[in-house]
Amino acid sequence: MQFYHFTEFAWPHLPPDDQFSSARLNLPSSVYDPKRGADLYNMCLDQYVLADELGLNGMVNEHHQTATCLNSSGVVPLSILARQTKKGRILILGNPAANLADPIRCAEEMAMIDNISYGRLDCGFVRGVPYELFASNGNPTETGERLWESIDLIQKAWTSHDGPFNYEGKWVHKRQVNVWPRPYQQPHPPVWTTGGSDLAHACRTVARGFTFAMFLTPADKLATMFNGVRAWCRDQGLKKPADDQFAFMPLVAVGETEKEAREMIEQVFWYVVNNKAEPQHRAPPGYVQTNLYADFLSGRFTGGRTDAIRKMGMEYFRKNHVAIYGTPDNVVSQLKALYKTVGGFGHLIAMMHAGDMEFDMAAKNITLFARKVAPKLKDLGTARKHFGPLAKRRVQAA
Amino acid sequence: MPIGATEIVKLKNSRIEIDQSGRGAPVLLLHGEDGFELGDSAAVLIDHLAGRHTVYRPRMPGFGKSTLPDTLRDIDEMSYEWLDLLDHIDLKDVTIIGFSVGGWLALEMAAKSCARLRRLVLTGSVGLKFGDAYDRDIGDIYFHNTADVRAMRFHDPAADPHLDLTTLTKREALALAKQREAIAKLCWEPYFHTPSLRSRLHRVTLPTLVVQGMKDRMTPTKYGRALARELPNARYVGIPRAGHFPHIEQPDAFVDAVDAFFRETGRKR
Repeated sequence: MQFYHFTEFAWPHLPPDDQFSSARLNLPSSVYDPKRGADLYNMCLDQYVLADELGLNGMVNEHHQTATCLNSSGVVPLSILARQTKKGRILILGNPAANLADPIRCAEEMAMIDNISYGRLDCGFVRGVPYELFASNGNPTETGERLWESIDLIQKAWTSHDGPFNYEGKWVHKRQVNVWPRPYQQPHPPVWTTGGSDLAHACRTVARGFTFAMFLTPADKLATMFNGVRAWCRDQGLKKPADDQFAFMPLVAVGETEKEAREMIEQVFWYVVNNKAEPQHRAPPGYVQTNLYADFLSGRFTGGRTDAIRKMGMEYFRKNHVAIYGTPDNVVSQLKALYKTVGGFGHLIAMMHAGDMEFDMAAKNITLFARKVAPKLKDLGTARKHFGPLAKRRVQAA
Repeated sequence: MPIGATEIVKLKNSRIEIDQSGRGAPVLLLHGEDGFELGDSAAVLIDHLAGRHTVYRPRMPGFGKSTLPDTLRDIDEMSYEWLDLLDHIDLKDVTIIGFSVGGWLALEMAAKSCARLRRLVLTGSVGLKFGDAYDRDIGDIYFHNTADVRAMRFHDPAADPHLDLTTLTKREALALAKQREAIAKLCWEPYFHTPSLRSRLHRVTLPTLVVQGMKDRMTPTKYGRALARELPNARYVGIPRAGHFPHIEQPDAFVDAVDAFFRETGRKR
C-alpha cells in the first residue's frame, strides 16, 4: 500500500454563509487576501515536505475560480515538490486533460517534472468536475472523449523517440509532434485517472494498465466500482488487476486520543461543509449521463454526491469510510476493514488538512499517520509488475 | 416528395421527424433551443398559418425522434441538414419562421443558398456577435440559476412552458435532457453564434422580418436592431410585454406582425 498526503490549498476565510451562494466560480477574488494567501500556499507546501521526510508520498490537484482550491494549476506545486521533496512519489491528480487546449504542452511539462524529480512522478489525468466547464468554457458534451484523446496522444508523445509524428484527431491537431525531453521513467510515468459511477471509464483505465482513483466515495459504492472492474477484466479474459490499480481518497485524522482525532477530523471536514455550489453548475447538459441529467432536470437528482453527504453526520462518514479517524490502532483497523470491504486497493490518498487547520495540527496528523499507521499497512495489497502502452499489454478490448 | 402529417424523413446524415399541417405556400417553422415551437405553446401561430399555408415543423437533430450524428458539431454544419431537407421534400419559395437557434439556422441556410427561399421571419434570433470581446451579446443561459434564466427570457416568468419540470414523466424528462444536450453540443462555444456569419450576412438578400420581445434580456433589443441593420433587406419590429419568445407571451401581436410582413412581401406566384 502506498500513502499520499493531500491538502487542497483551500482559502478558508469565507464571508458569512448567508452572504454568498457558491464558493466556486462566481465568488469575487476580493474575498482573497494575498498577504494571508501567500502564507497559506507556503504552509501547505511545507506539509508535503514534512510528509516526504516522514516517508509519505504527496498528491496535488487543481481547480479553477474557487475558494475551495487555490491551486489553479497543479503543475506549479508539483514542480516545487519535484525539487523540495527527495524520496516520495509526487502524484498529480490530475491534469485536466479534457479541458486542455494543448495536451502536448502537458506531455512536455510532465516529462520535465519526471526528469527533475528523478522519476518520482505519478501522472493523473482527469475529466474535471462539472464546475470546471464554466471556467474552461469546455463543452460539457465532449469531456469524456477529449479526456481519452488527450491521454492517448500524450502517451504516444512520451513513447515516440524517432522524430516528429503527425496527429490530426477529433479535437486536437498537431502536425509535428516531437516531445523533448522524453520521460525519466520508461516507458513513461505511471498514469492515473479518477472517476465516479462510470464503470466503462474505470475498466478502460485499468485495462490500459493505469490506476483508477475514487474520492470521498462511500465504501459500498467503492466496492461496487472496484469489484465491477475486476469482474469486467475476468469476463474479458484479462489478468486480475493488481491492487495498486485502485486508489481511494478519504478524509483522514490520526490523534493520540479519540477526542483529539475527532477535533482534527472536524477541521478536515471543512471541505465537505464549505464546498458550496449552485445547482446549475453541477450538471451542465452533457456532463453527466443523459439518464442522470433527466433526473436532475425533473428534480429527482440534485447533481452530486456532495449535497447528499453534507447533510449526514460525522458517524455516517466514519461508517462509510469516507472519514477515517481515531487513534493510530483504530485507524489501522478501519483501513484494514476498508481494504477487505472493497476487495483490495493499493493507494490511499489521505486528505489530512483542509480549511483553516493550523500547520501544527496538520503536522501532528501527518506525523502520527506516517509513524504509527503507514508502517503497519505498507505490506498490504499487490502491485503490478509493469505498466505501459496498450500494445505491450495485449489489451484489445479497452 | 409529399409527406404525411408526421413522418420520419431519411437524409444522408440524419433521420428527421417532421410534422406537417395545413395547405398552401410552404412555411418552414424552425424551433429553437427549447423546442417551444413544436407543440401547444405555438398553437395559435400554427393554427393561423395552417389556414393558408403548408406548415412544416421538423425536429432538430437531437430532438424527438430526429437523430444527431456524431459528426455534426455546430450550427453551421447543422444548417446543411435543413438545406438537405428542403432538397429532399423539394420545397420551393419557402418562408422560414425561425425562433432563437431556429433563426440562427435560417440565417446560416440563407447565407449558403437562397435558391429555395422566399423570405425569413427571425424571432429572438441568436447566431451573431456584434459587440467587442468583452461584451456579453447573448445572455448566459447555462451559468445562472433557473429563476434568473427564466427572468432573462420571459417578461412574465409564469409564461414559461417549462415552469415546473417536476411534473415530467421519466420519459419526458429524458427527451428534454436529450435536446438540451444536443443544444449544448452545438452552441456551447462559440456561445450561440458563428463568428464568420456576420461577414456573410450580405448574402441574405431575402425580405426579412426581425421580431423581438421588447423585454427580451437574452438577446436585448439592441441585438435585434443590429441584426436588422446589417441584413440587406430587413425590417425590425419590437413586441411589447414579451421576452425571448413573443409568440408565447403575445401570440396575437406576433401573428399580426407576421401577417403584416406577409402582406408587404406579397405573393410572387
